[in-house]
Formats: sequence, C-alpha cells, structure tokens
Amino acid sequence: MTTLQDTVPETGPTASIVTNPAVLRLALVLTSIVVAFGVVPAIATDYWLSSIIIPTIVMGLAGISLNLLQGYAGLVSLGSAAFMSVGVFSAYNLILRAPALPLPVVLVLAGLTAAGVGIFFGLPALRIKGFYLGASTLGAQFFFQWLFTNYPWFSNNSQSLTISAPRLEFFGYDLQSPVGRYLLVVTVTALLIGFAFLVVKSRLGREWMAIRDMETAASVLGVRVASRKLQAYAISSFFLGITGVLWGFAYLGTADAHTYNLDKSFQVLFIVLIGGTATIFGNFLGAAFIVLTPILLDHLVLSANIAYLSDQGAITNLQRVIFGAIIIFILIKEPDGLSAWTRRGAEALRARLKT
Amino acid sequence: MAYFFETLIAGLFAGLMYGLVAIGFVLIYKASGVFNFAQGAMVFLAALVFVTLVEHGIHFWVAFAATSALMVLTAVAIEALVLRPLRNRDPLTLFMATLGLSFVIDGATQFFLGTDVHMLDVGIDDIADDYGGLFISRFDIIASLIVIALVAVLAIVFSKTRMGVSLRAVADDTLAAQSIGIRLPVIWRIVWSVAGIVALVAGLLWGARQGVQYSLSLVTLKALPVLIIGGFSSIPGAITGGLFVGAGEALADIYLGPLVGGSVSTWFAYILAVAFLLVRPAGLFGDRDIERV
Amino acid sequence: MSMLSKTIALATGALIVAATLNAPVQAQDATGQQLYPLFTYRTGPYAPSFIPFGAGNIDYLRYVNEVEGGVNGVKILVQECETAYTIERGIECYERYKNGFNGALTAAVYPHSSGLDVALTDKARADKIPIVSPGGGQNIATDGRVFPYQFPLIFDYWSEAQIIVDYIAQQVGGYEKLKGVKIATLYHDSGYGRDTIEPLGILSKKYGFEDIQIPVPHPGEQQQAQWQQIRRAGADWVFLRGWGVMTPVAIKTAARVGFPADRIIGDIWSGSEDDARPAGVAAKGYLAVSVFPPGTDYGIIKTLKEKIVDQGKSDLKDNSKFGTVYYNYGVIEAITFVEALRTGQQKFGNRPLTAEEGQWALENLNIDQKRIIELGAEGLISPLKTTIDNHKGETIAAKIIQWNGESWNTRTDWIKADSTLFADVIKAKAAAYAAEKGITPREAASN
Repeated sequence: MTTLQDTVPETGPTASIVTNPAVLRLALVLTSIVVAFGVVPAIATDYWLSSIIIPTIVMGLAGISLNLLQGYAGLVSLGSAAFMSVGVFSAYNLILRAPALPLPVVLVLAGLTAAGVGIFFGLPALRIKGFYLGASTLGAQFFFQWLFTNYPWFSNNSQSLTISAPRLEFFGYDLQSPVGRYLLVVTVTALLIGFAFLVVKSRLGREWMAIRDMETAASVLGVRVASRKLQAYAISSFFLGITGVLWGFAYLGTADAHTYNLDKSFQVLFIVLIGGTATIFGNFLGAAFIVLTPILLDHLVLSANIAYLSDQGAITNLQRVIFGAIIIFILIKEPDGLSAWTRRGAEALRARLKT
Repeated sequence: MAYFFETLIAGLFAGLMYGLVAIGFVLIYKASGVFNFAQGAMVFLAALVFVTLVEHGIHFWVAFAATSALMVLTAVAIEALVLRPLRNRDPLTLFMATLGLSFVIDGATQFFLGTDVHMLDVGIDDIADDYGGLFISRFDIIASLIVIALVAVLAIVFSKTRMGVSLRAVADDTLAAQSIGIRLPVIWRIVWSVAGIVALVAGLLWGARQGVQYSLSLVTLKALPVLIIGGFSSIPGAITGGLFVGAGEALADIYLGPLVGGSVSTWFAYILAVAFLLVRPAGLFGDRDIERV
Repeated sequence: MSMLSKTIALATGALIVAATLNAPVQAQDATGQQLYPLFTYRTGPYAPSFIPFGAGNIDYLRYVNEVEGGVNGVKILVQECETAYTIERGIECYERYKNGFNGALTAAVYPHSSGLDVALTDKARADKIPIVSPGGGQNIATDGRVFPYQFPLIFDYWSEAQIIVDYIAQQVGGYEKLKGVKIATLYHDSGYGRDTIEPLGILSKKYGFEDIQIPVPHPGEQQQAQWQQIRRAGADWVFLRGWGVMTPVAIKTAARVGFPADRIIGDIWSGSEDDARPAGVAAKGYLAVSVFPPGTDYGIIKTLKEKIVDQGKSDLKDNSKFGTVYYNYGVIEAITFVEALRTGQQKFGNRPLTAEEGQWALENLNIDQKRIIELGAEGLISPLKTTIDNHKGETIAAKIIQWNGESWNTRTDWIKADSTLFADVIKAKAAAYAAEKGITPREAASN
C-alpha cells in the first residue's frame, strides 16, 4: 500500500539496499500480507475485528472506489451509498434465487450490476462537469432508497424490508466467525487494491488523469473522453457494489435501504477528502478517522467521567460539534488529506537516514 | 377537477416555501461559489433560538431582532473561521466544509438549547377557507405574501444599492471585483448575514407548521433540485424552481404514485432535476455558465 | 523509502488508539453487579423522544439500586453507549458490552431501535445474547422456537390494527355496524409503516369495513395531497401511523382540510406529547393508541417522584417531562428488565445472571395482576406472560388516549387484541424464515 505519487525511483550513491525502493516495496507488501493474514487474526479480539477493523477496511475500500472516480478521473459522486445498496441487494437476491452460485461469483455479479447502474447515472457526465454532477448521483441515492423500501420483492417480502446476511462460506469453509468475516474482507480488499493499481497504472488510468487535468487537451490527443468517463463510473460502481456486499454481509450482518443512506455517501466523501485524493493508502486513514472518532470521543467522555457532572445529551451533541470542527480543521490545514502527514514524516525520516 | 387544482395549489404553496429556503442558498452561492449545506442547520438554529426567546416571554419582534443579530454574528464567525482560510479552494472542499459546519451548528444549537420539540405560534390560523369550492389555508396565503414581499425587498436591495452591485460584480468575476476595490470579506459577511435572516424567516414559516425540531435542518435536501431547476445564481429562479418542484411533487404523488405503488416525492424532484441538467444545464434563470462538456 | 516511515507512523497511531480503547474506562471492579448497557440516541432527529425515555429507564434503575438495595441485593450497573440511532454504532455498542464490563455480567441487551433489533438477530443467535425490544420488536420473533434470543415484548403492529378496529367498532355500535365504514391508514412509507397493510386487509375482509391505504414519504413534512385524498375518499376514521415530524404535520394538515381531530387515531409512535403539542390547537381531541400510558398518578410513578425526582437524583433535566409517554415507557421497560432478573434469580440464585440465564428468565416472565399491584404499576402495564411459544406476551392490550390541548387523558381501559386471530399467520411466517435460514425450531416442551 502506498500513494501513487511516490513512484519515482531513487538512484544515486546514497541508495543502498536499505533504501532501495523496489526492495522496500516488496518487503512491505510481504509484511502487509503476513500482518493482514497472520498477525491480525491471531491477536485481535472479537470486539476489535467486528466493530473496528472490519468496518475500517470496508469503508477504506469504499473510499478507494470513490477515489478512482473522483481522484483519478475528476468526476463527482454524492451517491456512493446507492451503488453499495445495489450491490448488496443484488447479492442477496442472487444467493436467494440461485443458491448454487459460489460466493466469489456472487460478489463479481453484484459488482457488475452496480457497474451497470453506475453507467446509467453517469450519463449526465457526458453533458456536464463539476459539482452539478452530484445532483445526478444524489438522484440515484434517493431513487434506490425508494426502490428498496417500495418493492418488498427485493428483500424477499421480509416484514421489516430488511435483508439478513446469508451464511457466508467459501467452498465449504465457514466464514461466519469474526475471523472468517475478517479474512473474507481482507482477501477481497487485497484483490481489489491490486485491481485498482492495475487500472490506475494502465492506459485507462493515465487517460483518466489526462481528462481530469486537461479535458480539452486530452480529447485533442485522441482520448475518447465520453467512454472513458463512463468506464470510470462503471469501475467505481463495481468496487462500490462489492463494498456494499461486504458492509452488509460481513460487517452489519443485515442491510436495508436505510443502511445506505445519504449520511453513508457523505462519509465516503469525507474519507476521500480527509485521506487525500488520488491515494490508495490515505483512504484507510480516512476510514479509520470516520470509524474511530465517534468511538474515541465516546470513550473519552466515559473515562473522563464527565458524563455524571453534566447532561449526557449535551455531551453527545458536543461530540458532534467536535467531529464537525475536526473535519473543517483538516480541510483547512491539510488540503492533501491526512496522507500528507505520513508523507511529510517519511521525508523527514528519509532526510535523516541519508545524512 | 377541483381536486386537481387543490393539489396543484397546495403544491405551489409548498413550492414557495422550498423557494424561500433556496434563496438562502442562492445568495451564498453568488457570493462564495459554494453550495452551503449548512443552510438547513442555520434554519434550525434561527428557529430554535427564536422560539426559546419567545417561550421566555420576550416579545415577538424583540426576539426577531435578537435572533437576527445572532445570525449576523454567526455569519461573521463563519466568514472568519471557515470561508477565509478556505478561499480559492475547489467547490467540493468548500461543500465538505459546509457539511462539517452543519454538524457544528446543529450540535451546538442542541448543546445549548436542548433537543425538545417546540410549538411555534406565529399568530396566523392554519384553517382552510372556502374560495368557490377550493379550500385554501389562510396560513398558506399569508406565508406566500411574506415570501413574495421578502423576494421583492431582496430584489430591490440587490439591484439598486451599491452593495447589491458589488455582489453582482463578485458573482460575475471575483478577481476583477477585488481589483476595483471591492472587499470580499465584507461582501461575504453581509451576504451570509442576509442568508441567516432569510433562514430565520424560513425557519419560522416551516416551524409554525411542523414544530421547531431537528428535522427542520433536512429542508436542505429539497433545495438542491430546486436550485438546479431554477439556476444556482438567480433569486427569481429559486422561486420558480421551488414552484416547479412543489407542484411537480404534489401532482406526481397523486397521479404517478398509485401506478408505482407508493409515494414518489422523495426522488421525483431529483429526477426532474437530472432531466433539467440534461436539457438545460444552466437552469431556468441561471446566469453563470455551468461547466459543460 | 517513504513506505517504511509511513508504516511506522501508522503503527504508532494504531498503538495509541489501541491503548485508548483498551484502557479500562473506569478502573473500579464491578464484579457482582448486573450490567445494563443503555443504548442511547441523544443526538439526531429522534433525540427528543429518547431523553425522557432514557430518564425513565435510569430513574427506575436508580430507585431499585438506591432505595430497594438492588434486585435481591444485586446492584445494576448502567453503562451508556450512544448509537445516534444508526445501526453501525449500535453494533459497536453491542460488541462492546455483550460480554459484560469490568466483571459485571450482561443478561440482556435492549437495542432501542427496530432496525438494530433486526441487525442483531444473527449475531445474538451466535453469541446467545437475548435481544429485548418492548413495543418495537419483530413480530415474527414472537415464535420463540425459531427465535430463541429475540423478545419483541409487549406489543406489535398487527395487534395494534386489531385494537384500532375494536375501538372504532365500539364507537359505531358494534362489529356488525363496521360494514361500509371507511378507515384510511396514513402510513410512514417504510417497513414499519407498511406493516399494518396485511392485517388491516384481513380485518377488512372479516368485518366488511373499507380499507384505504395512503403512504407518506419520509420525513413527511408535506401532506396536503394525502389529506385531500382522504377527504375525497370520504374516510370516516384515520389510523395515523406516523414517525417523527410526520405526526404533527398530519394533524395540522387534517385541520386544514377540515378533518376532525377526534376521528384520527395515532399509532403508539404518534402518541407522545411531542407528537401532539407542535400541532397546537389543531390537535385538540386527537386520539392515540397507548401501551405506555402517560400520567403521574400511578403508584410507582409517584414513588419515583418522591424518592428520585424530588431528591434531585433524576436523569431528567426538565422535570416537565416527568410522567410523559416516553418517560413512562422508560419506566415500563426498566420494570421488564428488573422483573426478568427476579424471575431468573428464583431459579439460579440471588446473583447476577449470565446471558444464557437471562434468556431463560425472559422466556419465563410472568408479571401477573398481583405482581403488577405489588409493583405499584396498576393501570400502567397490563399482564405480561411469556413462554417458549410466545416471546411477546400472551395477552396484548393497549389503551386509547386523547389529547386535550395540554396533556393526554386516558379514554378507555385496556383493549385486548384477540391473540388467536393472527397467530397462525405469524407462525407460518416464522416457519418460512426458519426454512430460509436453515434453522431447526426448538421443541416447545424442551425447557
């Protein structure tokens, strides 16, 4: 995991084996794999897995999905959660109505359904640019919330219009336990990150950035702008569709239209802006921020024991103020998102190592 | 047929209210180029402060003046703490900042004033009178007159006064406006203050109908399609867009809803807005060019 | 290069966060106490109803702890956790407290949200933790053979539909007179709101009244079109299944189209002071179904006033909320918890119960009339008896209350729903659920 800006190889006399980026990168990828698949499942408690690590990873993945669209292709979406809901409802109905399908196939098909929907709501991008595009995706947000509450068929006529997660298994291996769900999430995320890397490094990714930076120039140079934009919506929605399935089935264990409401879309947007646009790693920082801040504030209140000194309701409202203020603060102080912090830290460390 | 007209008229009245909320957005958009998501929170803040003052026995107009003063202070604080540090940033960042701002405003409002639902009586009966077979509420009529009067005042202020001319200059070309000596922070403070007072009026009219409570801040979501249809930078556009959305929603609920098995007004406005984006991206009255492909 | 230091930075950050989260929040050991994780939503659009509701809960538990010395000597430890009425934060709260806290045991979890109740179904089944939702649970979970850990205590919307029809029948002079009466249901367009479509359809066939269903989209701040439809259809009664701001707007709009308030009967979630008061004079005469009757004249409520509120120990910041619908709801809910503990202690001994023991206790609750009188809750709650077959309670009853412009008056005594009428439909739905999920129902006699 790394930001994509850091791809310039270091050369020259100071680049020893320790500072050789290729070696380091390989080492880091290997370490991540060992940590993600070996260390974390071994040491993390159920509480940590179920209510902190899994949501952080899934929301980070949602951030990556939107980042492909927004950070790389320069397009806007305010309706990320709608595409997530399309994913989860597709997956639910696929499993329900075609139980023979194995989980990976279901995930891919759910992603593809979301991609189709994404293309449709991306069509206005062929006519307009900028913030206004948000209206179209916001339309998707409200439309799907309506669709899934209005047609009980999607939730198999359940009384509360809620779907509950089917049994998760992978070729007979049970994934119901927190560790199982974690492994599912981490595996899917790793594969999708790999896919995201391939995409952004491919010609497609370069053309997205060309469109983002200089649309007119790009089209003069022969970039097929219209189809590239729709591809951006398609791929981003494909990711979001799968993210939605993970959120519903691997994290919440349930889903309804309300789970994927406007607040969720805004959270994904926050993750991208806080983490930093056009970075993969930053999304997880942003996601950690979104997931952890309310919990940390809650713990802070409990441990400071101010709850009994003052009105509990007032304190929870105060938390809301603090959360909003932190967001504004980050937007003002860190235009490039939180990943800029680590980048600066890295530069400082590198400077020290070189001397 | 009377049923059709009653529905249409009710929709139009609702639309005027949407328009009133949308005006606050338009003012801020013209001056700062941002879709101010916190406008809904400002409506809630204004209404809750006002109703709390009135409940403590303060006279209607005194409370109105005091709340207006608070809205001005809020505007000055927002300008200093949020807008100025974020100037020249992209619209999406500004939009996110106003989202954060909406958390701060409604969190702080409820921190200080509590989360109770308050009844607000502005002294107008909400009883329907019979106008030749059509039942129309007195409240709707008076509220409409207030909205129309407010729009007229704003139109005059922004077309005739020096301040209004400056605002238009800022909206047309911010850099040029600054180079001829228009001070942007001053314009921002004034416009956000006016938007705050518009929010107060909107909060009173909405609050009188549904009670003053947190859900007042949700009116923001109705404003976006209204703005797209009317154009982001036009006050008459906001009103027209509001009328469009209000009437369209009411009629769609009655005539389209039964066909698809449920109420459609949650998304109807957005689909209407998307249609407008495709056909007429600048909106009905938009004077600032929308970025087109 | 940069990656190494990024990793270091990330690891450091993670360590700090981990330390904060794992640090014992309040170091004192709570062994020997019973945990009551209180899921709160003190922020967001529903906060106004939570505040008195939470206070009712806390005040009753404080009374049990401080005046009665705990439940047979076992103190109850209340730990708040804010969900903001969202499912994901609710799940975090559940995970945080499902295994107890500092030695205090968790016997049951009250999620305080229908959505969260559904979301926790599978987790609770796996963790063997009882999930209790008085007045807001899943109706199919009444069948405890399929849902061993769900307790939709006290009430459901199908019974509510029956109670409404029963009340209207009383008003028009008997069930046989219902033929041709038009009952319009104005419902919040959500799973909750749609839940009464099916039972009213069945009841309408049975009694011959005309069933009109009209949806209102969330949040429901515009209802002119819907009320014109009601007027045009010539409805005699309106069953208002509102939520949040929808209710006062409905009452006001009804007045505007000239529909009388005393022909509108609100759902239990449309029947609080905060639902009626914002509608002003238009709400005078408005009716509502109540399973949590408001008022300060009940024995236990008077006791709470004397021992808790007047001592300055109440969680209420605004004492005008005392005895309101939601305050009394909180007291009733806390009573169900404390009575479950007592039931369990009779079997397992006077000590904190585990979740497994809590499950047994909730399944063998029996708050009969005699016990209700002992509790000083006569008129406040109706008898509640659960079995493995029936996790809701064998008799479901509610009162009709009326708004006089200032406060609620009780209009009727308990109206009982005929529990046999829908029992088979609900059982069949539970069986279908069991088949879909591959669950083998427990035997009714196995306990």
